[in-house]
Amino acid sequence: MVGHRFLEAIQDRNLTEQYEVVTFCEEPRPAYDRVHLSEYFADSDADALSLVKENFFADSGITCHIGDQVVAIDRDRKVVISKKGLELSYDRLVLATGSYPFVPPIPGNDRPNSFVYRTIEDLEAIQAAGNDAQVGVVVGGGLLGLEAANALKQMGVETHVVEFAPRLMALQIDEWGGLLLKNKIEELGVKVHTSRATTEIIDGENCKHRLCFSDGEFLETDIVLYSAGIRPRDELARDCGLEIGQRGGIVIDNHCRTSDDDIFAIGECALWNNQIFGLVAPGYQMAEVVADFLQADDTQFRGADMSTKLKLLGVDVASIGDAHGNTEGAKSYSFIDERSGIYKKIVVSENGKKLLGSVLIGDAEDYGTLLQYKLNDIDLPEHPDDLILPQRDGKASTGLGVDALPASAQICSCNNVSKGQLVDAIEGGVHTLGELKSCTSAGTSCGGCAVLVGQILNSELEKLGVEVSSDICEHFPFTRQDLYMLVRTEKIMSFSELIQRHGTGRGCDICKPAVASILASCWNEYILKQGHAPLQDTNDHFLANMQKDGTYSVVPRVPGGEITPDKLIVLGDVAKRYGLYTKITGGQRVDLFGARVDQLPLVWKDLIDAGFESGHAYAKALRTVKSCVGSTWCRYGVQDSVGMAIELENRYRGLRSPHKIKMAVSGCTRECAEAQSKDVGVIATEKGWNLYVCGNGGMKPRHADLFASDLDDETLIKYIDRFFMFYIRTADRLQRTSTWMDNLEGGLEYLQDIIINDRLGLCDELEEEMKLVINSFQCEWKSTIDDPEKMKRFRHFINSDDKDSNVVFVNERGQIRPARTEEKSVKTVEEKELLAS
Amino acid sequence: MNSLAEEFREDRTEKMTDTEFMAVCQIDDLLDNLGQCALVKGKQIALFKVSDSEKIYAIDNHDPFSDANVLSRGVVGDLQGKLVVASPIYKQHFDLETGQCLEDENVVLDTYATRVVAGVVEISC
Repeated sequence: MVGHRFLEAIQDRNLTEQYEVVTFCEEPRPAYDRVHLSEYFADSDADALSLVKENFFADSGITCHIGDQVVAIDRDRKVVISKKGLELSYDRLVLATGSYPFVPPIPGNDRPNSFVYRTIEDLEAIQAAGNDAQVGVVVGGGLLGLEAANALKQMGVETHVVEFAPRLMALQIDEWGGLLLKNKIEELGVKVHTSRATTEIIDGENCKHRLCFSDGEFLETDIVLYSAGIRPRDELARDCGLEIGQRGGIVIDNHCRTSDDDIFAIGECALWNNQIFGLVAPGYQMAEVVADFLQADDTQFRGADMSTKLKLLGVDVASIGDAHGNTEGAKSYSFIDERSGIYKKIVVSENGKKLLGSVLIGDAEDYGTLLQYKLNDIDLPEHPDDLILPQRDGKASTGLGVDALPASAQICSCNNVSKGQLVDAIEGGVHTLGELKSCTSAGTSCGGCAVLVGQILNSELEKLGVEVSSDICEHFPFTRQDLYMLVRTEKIMSFSELIQRHGTGRGCDICKPAVASILASCWNEYILKQGHAPLQDTNDHFLANMQKDGTYSVVPRVPGGEITPDKLIVLGDVAKRYGLYTKITGGQRVDLFGARVDQLPLVWKDLIDAGFESGHAYAKALRTVKSCVGSTWCRYGVQDSVGMAIELENRYRGLRSPHKIKMAVSGCTRECAEAQSKDVGVIATEKGWNLYVCGNGGMKPRHADLFASDLDDETLIKYIDRFFMFYIRTADRLQRTSTWMDNLEGGLEYLQDIIINDRLGLCDELEEEMKLVINSFQCEWKSTIDDPEKMKRFRHFINSDDKDSNVVFVNERGQIRPARTEEKSVKTVEEKELLAS
Repeated sequence: MNSLAEEFREDRTEKMTDTEFMAVCQIDDLLDNLGQCALVKGKQIALFKVSDSEKIYAIDNHDPFSDANVLSRGVVGDLQGKLVVASPIYKQHFDLETGQCLEDENVVLDTYATRVVAGVVEISC
């Protein structure tokens, strides 16, 4: 990772023009994201972890020897020799060899099914071993050990963590924190054994291995996974006589130079000031320092902040600075809530003015604020404990105002983005959170700073005088979300009631359809009911999709894309009868084009008689649930994807929402239904269903996020119910789930917290709301055809049965299409001539 | 702008006093805030009745931006105090009083005088 960051850094500086750059990569694939390695267990997608932009090597002109490594350095001749026998001379050499996992010297540590947790190949081997394993043990309860435990747990084996020290994560957190973390993790079904020294590993009775502990106890397991710390890979440097630290690591100076002026070392193999940095951010900083040095800039590496925030087995854990209070005179404040499993501690300087460190377990929301106090040496408030005590009675939390941060404050430590850079981007015209993230990269790696980035954006926009008016239009001084809550809480049933109570004027083409949609999401009344009808856009009003010439297209529902031959024949018959153009849609249905407004009821009468119902293609609502054929027919399928798709489509049909919603269900991991490009995607696994959310195709494609894994049918549906209703409640007008997610403070984790852990206590409410919509479903076309008053609207002229003469079709590829303007005039001439003759 | 529009309308109204009014439908055939299209002497005319007003507004049904006869099917509302209809195709707004397009000052639709006689809507065209 650090090596690749260095390549990117020299490409950014155009150094590739000055240097011929060659890199060796020992693994069978170029750089990938080891920080998110455990995600590989969820989706087995190595490409998703890749850090290398498409065509990076081709575009930059950098040669990459994949699957080869340097085995010797000849410093006299300035040559490196590779395993495959390549010999290359160098002017400058950068070592980014990283580290290797330390396996404690326990007798029996080389038995089969013993693994480390470092590469994709390691994970593949662990996965293969997991197939016939019942029990897995992780030796080492540090940060990586707990990540590895999570991976084992996801494989469904009984998981244990064995730690030599008396507590978990001894390096980063204190005794109380460790205890609380242990309790939380055990609640999740992972057994934790602290203060256990393994003396040997022998054959087990019930499992493959037995770990014998120094106190005479033992633990049986099928898999042993070592995660007992890392050691720098310094053998190359050692062999060629570079200076090495006493306990390993290539010694470097502030320019990351080794004892040889032409050789640099960066990342976990390097020893700076007798310290190894086992995190990715300091490694990235070193990469930048060397790149700067090569273009003669004098930036220096001066150590790095080792603060971290992560989610281990679903538990928030964060550590900042001097977490143990080792600084002389340090005093601490702590807050413990055993019932909710929350522990927060801050360590402050002797005079109480500065923050030295912090530990947060179970709730790490304050991490961003506390880190800024630490990094920027900001004076603490009068009562520092306010920073960690829970805020009740609706009091706003004592967060640090973003305005208090200096421009140099580092906001995103993963990508090294300062407040100043964000402010520049905002002043340069970037005014949405999504854009700001993509143009500065802030908040795009671990996402820990996303809330802060959002706050800076709002504060700067305000300063710029950009009116951050989020009013929906001139008729309501409210956002769509406000209107939604007003309608819900005040039980408002009509637009006129809403505008009388909370708005002014008559409304417009922005607020009327938006309110119509909100009313439908809340109460689900017939959308052409008196009072609702004038609110609807023409598509909703005529229950069909208006095309460019004023004719409409008609899409009957085909749930899950499953259709009988008889129904297919009906579609063909109807299209022929009314002379319609037919096309298969992307959502696995048939679209019938070219219906005049007066034809719509006739077309629908025939379709309803044959058992079809409205497909809501005209509405901002659930469109289709696409599916692949699944386990019923496909030799690879593991679940009945068609059955699930039909169930989902029938459940959510007609659900009005801020924008259209698309879904798909795939029957196995091959993903033929392309569920990861949908608002809600479901992919079958051996054990159930993986749920993906907030994907999109279209103008700005977005891969859906894995939301939850291996769900049973009931849980899957429960989560989708909650997800939709939460989206409907909180999204902007015409905001698809993908942009909604990109702008959601706290992102995926926040959403999971609300929907899975019920953090806001909303879930029952959301499910009730969904139940109302499902129970009040009606086919809008059936209701319309049954009402003679409504049928009067389906004619072009109020005073004539003539057709709109401007609607003209010509033939193309055996079907009709709208005539172009020049074709219309020709046609008129032809007709006239015809009449004349 | 306002006075210009006023003049424009007066001018039109004057011109039309001479022309004949034609009956097109019953007043009850028009629902509040929902347009209808009438065919008068070969011309397509969009008719609107808005809530709390007896006046019937009549403008071209033809949307010059999409070249489709669809304005009677647009959403009716008000913007900055002006009664407007929004084209259902590309969403431009047209002033129901004057026919002026709010997004493009060069585009003005024809408007037509209307009256209601004994419950019957009549248009002069």
